[in-house]
Amino acid sequence: MKTVIIKYNAGNIRSVLFALERLGVEGVVTDDPEEIRAADKVIFPGVGEASSAMRYLKERKLDQLITSLEQPVLGICLGMQLMCKYSEENDTPCMGIFDVDVKKFTSPVDNLLKIPQIGWNNITGLYSTMFEHVPENSYMYFVHSYYAALGADTVATANYVINYSAALQKDNFYAVQFHPEKSATEGAKILENFLKL
Amino acid sequence: MLTKRIIPCLDIKDGRTVKGVNFENIRDAGDPIELGAFYAEQGADELVFLDITATNERRKTLSELVTRIARNVNIPFTVGGGISSVDDVSVLLNSGADKISVNTSAFKRPELVDELSREFGSQCVVLAIDTRFENGDWYVYLNGGRVKTEIRAYDWAKEAVDRGAGEILLTSMNNDGTKQGFALDITALLSRNLNVPVIASGGAGTMAHFKDVFEIAQADAALAATIFHYKEIEIQALKTYLYQEGVNIRF
Repeated sequence: MKTVIIKYNAGNIRSVLFALERLGVEGVVTDDPEEIRAADKVIFPGVGEASSAMRYLKERKLDQLITSLEQPVLGICLGMQLMCKYSEENDTPCMGIFDVDVKKFTSPVDNLLKIPQIGWNNITGLYSTMFEHVPENSYMYFVHSYYAALGADTVATANYVINYSAALQKDNFYAVQFHPEKSATEGAKILENFLKL
Repeated sequence: MLTKRIIPCLDIKDGRTVKGVNFENIRDAGDPIELGAFYAEQGADELVFLDITATNERRKTLSELVTRIARNVNIPFTVGGGISSVDDVSVLLNSGADKISVNTSAFKRPELVDELSREFGSQCVVLAIDTRFENGDWYVYLNGGRVKTEIRAYDWAKEAVDRGAGEILLTSMNNDGTKQGFALDITALLSRNLNVPVIASGGAGTMAHFKDVFEIAQADAALAATIFHYKEIEIQALKTYLYQEGVNIRF
């Protein structure tokens, strides 16, 4: 089995590689279209800013490639947001795999909201094979200022002032807002489930 | 709901963990990788590694250590100590650190905070402040607490957040090493007025001190070293206590 991690200008790639390594899997980091297309599993990580990441992907036609993949694909954090329709972060049209928009957290009038959300939050309404043997209300590590709204593809929900998509799934496309590679044993379980798909 | 975080801090010198009491009398407290993995297993929410090595070899040693930590620890961790440039940070993040913390270098050249947040994002830029209460206010201290400044901790924290710091790690020198509890007033001032998380540090001695810093001072996270390293308080027991006391905690 070959697992590739898509290389681009917004990676937390090392952490993902190490998390795979702890599961006994050697990931390959690449931006080569042939190698990505031939992989059994594709991981699309991301920490960074949406518009510059989208520009980088478009220049290399990686956006079209990702959208056309047929094997299981896992988007993480910014990777997930780029798989949505549109991001408010610098007014960025994204890939549109998931039919939801990405919005910025805003403080309610009576409460100063800390942005980004940094830390462990619980996920509920788990409804995907990637959550097999992952208990409801498991805690995952989140770091983000923008969130994907709830939609038809929502397969896990988290709450930070409002309810939003902690995970999305549509056909072969899986995505999580949190960092499974940094979310202790439950996070590792999600990666393991994805690798078993 | 987002939970309050418990963060053990490991001071590193020449690849080993040490902890000074009141920033002096450094004692050896074990291997950083082993200790980090142990804390992760015990339920620590994050780890902070503070490198206090002063030799020229430190940069390479530190990046190798960071890689070993990232390989073996499945929770997020911050690396600090002697970081003064975009290049320093780039090396550490590429080695596998999730965040970095800056202190004296950022105070001396505040543009560093702008540069780091622009290059890597606010989420990985932690501003560490050592502060001491004297003459009626909390002032910033530099160089591990050895050099006093005339700037108030709140003013510097506010400026750093405006420049893009994503978190504040606030250490009270008055409280550090005393085991008499965290500095609730300055922690509360920052936490209530800044829209980034505040990590309280210095003074933890009992489990109730953690409850107080979360509930009274509204800290987002609490950091401690000695009490964890010497098992005066075990993380699992602390989290059980906080959970039973109604603090929102990952448990």
